[in-house]
Amino acid sequence: MSDPILSGHQLTRWFPGRTHPALDGVDVTVRQGISLGIVGESGAGKSTLLRQLLGVDRPTSGEIRFTGQPLDRIRHRAFRRQVQVVFQDPRSSLNPRMSVASIVAEPLRSLHIGTDRAARAERVAEVLTAVGLRPEDGRRYPHEFSGGQRQRIAIARALAPAPRILLADEPVSALDVSVRLQIIDLLKDLVDRLGLTLVLVSHDLAIVSQLCQEVLVMRHGRVVERGPTVDVLTNPADEYTRALLAAIPQLPLDLEEEP
Amino acid sequence: MSTPLVEAVETVEAPDAPARRRRGWRSPSFLVGAALLLAVLALALVSLLWSPYGLDHTDPTARLAGPSPQHWAGTDRLGRDQFTQLMLGARTAMWIGLASVAVAFVIGVPLGLLAAAAGRLAENAVVGVIDIVIAFPTLLLAMLLVTVYGASTAVAISAIGIGVSAEVARLTRISASRVFTQDYVLAARTCGTGPLMILVRHVLPNIWHTLLVQAALAFGVAVIAEASLSYLGLGTPPPAPSWGRMLQEAQSTVSVAPWNVLLPGLAVAVTVVGVNLLGDGLREVLDPQLRQERQAGER
Amino acid sequence: MTVLETTGLTITLDGQPLVRDVSLSLAARDRVGLIGESGSGKSLTALALLGLLPPGMRTSGRILIDGEDHLGAPDRRWRRVRGRTVSIVFQEPLTALDPLMPVGRQIAGPLRLHQGLNRSDAERRAIEWCDRVHLPDPARLVRALPHELSGGQRQRVALAMALACRPRVLIADEPTTALDVTVQAQILTLLDELIEETGVGLLFISHDLPVVAGLARHLLVMRTGRLVESGPVDDVLRRPRSGYARQLVASAAQVTRLARPSVHGEYR
Repeated sequence: MSDPILSGHQLTRWFPGRTHPALDGVDVTVRQGISLGIVGESGAGKSTLLRQLLGVDRPTSGEIRFTGQPLDRIRHRAFRRQVQVVFQDPRSSLNPRMSVASIVAEPLRSLHIGTDRAARAERVAEVLTAVGLRPEDGRRYPHEFSGGQRQRIAIARALAPAPRILLADEPVSALDVSVRLQIIDLLKDLVDRLGLTLVLVSHDLAIVSQLCQEVLVMRHGRVVERGPTVDVLTNPADEYTRALLAAIPQLPLDLEEEP
Repeated sequence: MSTPLVEAVETVEAPDAPARRRRGWRSPSFLVGAALLLAVLALALVSLLWSPYGLDHTDPTARLAGPSPQHWAGTDRLGRDQFTQLMLGARTAMWIGLASVAVAFVIGVPLGLLAAAAGRLAENAVVGVIDIVIAFPTLLLAMLLVTVYGASTAVAISAIGIGVSAEVARLTRISASRVFTQDYVLAARTCGTGPLMILVRHVLPNIWHTLLVQAALAFGVAVIAEASLSYLGLGTPPPAPSWGRMLQEAQSTVSVAPWNVLLPGLAVAVTVVGVNLLGDGLREVLDPQLRQERQAGER
Repeated sequence: MTVLETTGLTITLDGQPLVRDVSLSLAARDRVGLIGESGSGKSLTALALLGLLPPGMRTSGRILIDGEDHLGAPDRRWRRVRGRTVSIVFQEPLTALDPLMPVGRQIAGPLRLHQGLNRSDAERRAIEWCDRVHLPDPARLVRALPHELSGGQRQRVALAMALACRPRVLIADEPTTALDVTVQAQILTLLDELIEETGVGLLFISHDLPVVAGLARHLLVMRTGRLVESGPVDDVLRRPRSGYARQLVASAAQVTRLARPSVHGEYR
């Protein structure tokens, strides 16, 4: 089994004024090359967990480790280069007053990647192409793009510093149905091509099953089930996981057999 | 999944934002406001080069004279040309207005940003200070300053600037807080962008138009405050002319020379109405963009 | 008998058509699904059917309710049919419910208005309805405020409110989109049960094909303001005629397939 890169140990997070912790003793391990899905319904604590793994929120107790070291002993820039994120809604995750090129170049500038402006511009063109946009699109502004294209821009920004881990928080649920598959396909392709490790937070088991080898099912701040995605989906051990699976709306079954 | 489907679906997706419309510049309130303000500004600028009479010129033969070819706006009880006074007063009003808005922004914007960016404790502290300053009347502040430092243009500017800065800080804090909750600020943090660059790159570009409107309105407040201070003798000391002092001096002769009260009063009114219309107009001009961002902010 | 019928319904804003030439009809016991993406005009159509379009939008065509054209009718006439002949539930019940009024009184309100019940009768009926939508402890729950309920419970209240006056057509505009999947499944089951019991005609609006397909018998597909497809659910799913419907079915089928590894074990 490959090495853990990013892990959380006994993570507990209390928010002021709440009677229950948002996270309650959660252990999580992200291994190189094994994409992890974090599944649960609203209030399960999955986004809180993602923010812990991203290092933008601190646990009340417990510890995040990156390549075996506690997070506060890791150099900030080194961590940020390796761990990037895509948020749910590209309408709010892209600054409307910045051009696409400067949005995508932001991690390069802030993390001092690339020797000069020209090198950074080259990298921006490269990642824009990688997500299926054109390098010329860099001159335009977010509002000129559709929802799916904006999510591609957000993905390009995350890819710019060539991270090892890509965290994604419900990356398709703000998008129209017909666009979702394209973004899922893009993520799958990027994981394969770039050797990224994906940590996907989603309420949608179907999407997780498509993108992640391992899955973690959460409820009320705790992990109720974890394991290889195939096992969890075909043979769920936990009652809640079973209910979750049964609740997914389905098309009439025989339809799927048709080509 | 098969490639043809991807291509087919790609064509389904249409850009959802209609092209930005820029029709706001033709809004009537913007145009009228700009015209009024430009007229006052022109008076002030021309006075730098030319005025009908000198500042100290008195015409003892024509005291409290009505409007005439020699004195377009009549004279006061010392025989001073009222139009000259009005032009020079415009200069004072514009200068003090601009300078106090500048002071207000230099104090208010960083304070508001600090409050929005800092943690809860610091924010509460700054908000407390802001609330006290807002509640404290500008006039009272001016009187205090005048008692300590004596009446001068600098004191008037400081008093007005500090008074207005609280409102600027409040608005800056509110708009900046709204930007801070946006995912793109969180995204910037995960890109390794430091707090200062987040302010420069993300926050300021998204709040400057709100602040611009506020600047126009603050200018109006400052002009009124200057006139009030001068009226009370707390503003720019004589001989520098001021609309407020013109009003005050004309008060005793209002029954014989009503135009002497009317004119400076009208000047203050035109300026204030002008900047307010301009502010409303600016809001309309900037609104198509704002509306779009508000939509972006929702969901 | 047809309760609600539109012919050539067109909605324009600033001369731009948002909904174009939409014709549909609904009778009691009909189950019609209207599917489309954001901006397709499906929700505007729903609002138009109740005379609730925002000011500034112009409509043309006909909206027949019990044979009477209501297009451009004064609000007074619309109020007579709203809730009584045609009612609606929205995506987010929290915005549709009065935050300061106990939910029981919100259900009772239309009953008193349309059916002239006195206060105690209306409240008794509200409790009955809370029971029918399977809210726990109805006698106590009617005194709760909307924010004290969960999202699923609020949607149950909204359904009770919509159905209490026995309308003949119910419009459900994305009624489960804001809910978690497990709650969505419960609400869909409840909706199925209620329309079966009451015989109300259903117009179910959603962006989610599997959700619509589970409940509707007839499917309308809307895109950029036009109906591009109309037919029995089975026909549309099996033999979609428009290219757009084909894509919708294909992507929905694919997403459904993803959640069934037991049937198709295509894993890395």
